[in-house]
Amino acid sequence: MSVQNDTLARTSGRPEAEQRQIDKALARRMRKRGDESRFWWLIPTLYIIFLMLPIYWLINMSFKTNQEILGAFSLWPQNPTLNNYAVIFTDPSWYKGYINSIIYVVMNTVISVLVALPAAYAFSRYRFLGDKHLFFWLLTNRMAPPAVFALPFFQLYSAFGLIDTHIAVALAHCLFNVPLAVWILEGFMSGVPKEIDETAYIDGYSFPRFFVKIFVPLIASGIGVAAFFCFMFSWVELLIARTLTTTAAKPIAAIMTRTVSASGMDWGVLAAAGVLTIIPGAIVIYFVRNYIAKGFALGRV
Amino acid sequence: MEKTWNNKAWFMVLPVLLLVAFSAVVPLMTVVNYSVQDTFGNNQFFWAGTDWFDEILHSERFHAALGRNLIFSFIILAIEIPLGIIIALNMPRKGWGVPVCLVLMALPLLIPWNVVGTIWQVFGRTDIGLLGHTLERLGIHYNYVQNPMHAWVTVIIMDIWHWTSLVVLLCYAGLVSIPDAFYQAAKIDGASRWAVFRYIQLPKMNRVLLIAVLLRFMDSFMIYTEPFVVTGGGPGNSTTFLSIDLVKMAVGQFDLGPAAAMSIIYFLIILLLSWVFYTVMTNYDAER
Repeated sequence: MSVQNDTLARTSGRPEAEQRQIDKALARRMRKRGDESRFWWLIPTLYIIFLMLPIYWLINMSFKTNQEILGAFSLWPQNPTLNNYAVIFTDPSWYKGYINSIIYVVMNTVISVLVALPAAYAFSRYRFLGDKHLFFWLLTNRMAPPAVFALPFFQLYSAFGLIDTHIAVALAHCLFNVPLAVWILEGFMSGVPKEIDETAYIDGYSFPRFFVKIFVPLIASGIGVAAFFCFMFSWVELLIARTLTTTAAKPIAAIMTRTVSASGMDWGVLAAAGVLTIIPGAIVIYFVRNYIAKGFALGRV
Repeated sequence: MEKTWNNKAWFMVLPVLLLVAFSAVVPLMTVVNYSVQDTFGNNQFFWAGTDWFDEILHSERFHAALGRNLIFSFIILAIEIPLGIIIALNMPRKGWGVPVCLVLMALPLLIPWNVVGTIWQVFGRTDIGLLGHTLERLGIHYNYVQNPMHAWVTVIIMDIWHWTSLVVLLCYAGLVSIPDAFYQAAKIDGASRWAVFRYIQLPKMNRVLLIAVLLRFMDSFMIYTEPFVVTGGGPGNSTTFLSIDLVKMAVGQFDLGPAAAMSIIYFLIILLLSWVFYTVMTNYDAER
């Protein structure tokens, strides 16, 4: 739903000269819009400053020594140091947390998207007994408070001897990620005309071949978005991940909370660890920027 | 799109059904099981009927947590929704500003929730945090650890910081889908800025706004990690929301019966809200 697509769709099939004229008119109108309220840019700018200040403060702190953080109050590091990051990258109890997080997050993403693909196809193409109830039931799991599930999950996975394994967290996060993936993929699949399926069947494609060769490439962006959101929601979740792990699979998020409560002193390392958890999201965000609203709204925008 | 009736589609849904059943139905049955039984330890349980439900429904503690959570959710909605609309209306529609705004605004949404808590915990401290330090300089004795009012303000501002972008992005997605012809027509009619908003932009944003309201309500209703990291539910119980209370009861005190009964009541409320969400969505989809 980007502006570019919109413009393209509106002006496609017109001669180039005419299109240039339309573009010019559009640009003129945008300037006019600016005249109406000259300071329209002020609001987004202020909002972005409000968003960036706390993040800047964290980054600022991560480059300071503890003495500097607690001693002199300064808006930027006076003696920038990489020591805090060095601590994290050399101490296994720190960097293992990142590895643990990444392992269960990737497992969860792969499981969620793989099981969600056929289900989303079924929901977008067919009516079947109880389909609406099932779709609704999936939604309730996305909306379910993790706090309700923390204790029963612990007991369930204890019974299977899975406590403190990556797969336990990956499976537990399926609770909200599988419904999310199904809803997002269903949204994207409904945008693909059904005639494509029918033409493929007439051409003699079997269902699995059609699905892999034709359909999956068509909704590649949808799969990317679904995978991104599964990754994200598994990455940001703490309550369940913390409940199901003790040492061997402990996520970085849980290691951070331990530091806050126990020593409470090592602010520099804590800040550096925080900055490092923001980076995965910050890297991928550019690629999904036009779909981010759709993803958060469960594919319903 | 016309859908064909085909019960074989069940086979495609089966993996999802089994997986989610394993991670949702089985644990929920455990909760139901605990909610109707009592124990004196040693894994010996006996039937307790609806005692726990009576206890929870009449307990001041539950009422207080529910009340706090409702007040919190309504404050959040009352601030985030209008703020989100205002920001979305003023966002650039074209040029380099679009990706810059989208990326920077989406950033807080992708930060792990406990890191959000940590960021604000540090940011609000008077000794090392920018916000706390600045307020202290201005002569305001800001202390979110001891003053309940300050704790509330901190948690609310944190949530605004964290989630307003969701409203902005949803509204923006609704706004860019309005064809230019609508604005041209409004210009010809000499419509005021307010009229354009009221009769063109707001109706087009209806659907996304509903999603935004419902999502924000749901998510603020089960908020746990961020306030837990910042205030730990304190000072006293002043920022103990439903989820924090539930975890305290279940994992902290190991009161399985009441915790399970509370889980079920909590879940039923969520179920009701999900049903509202679903009905609204499907009605809109049907109209489209």
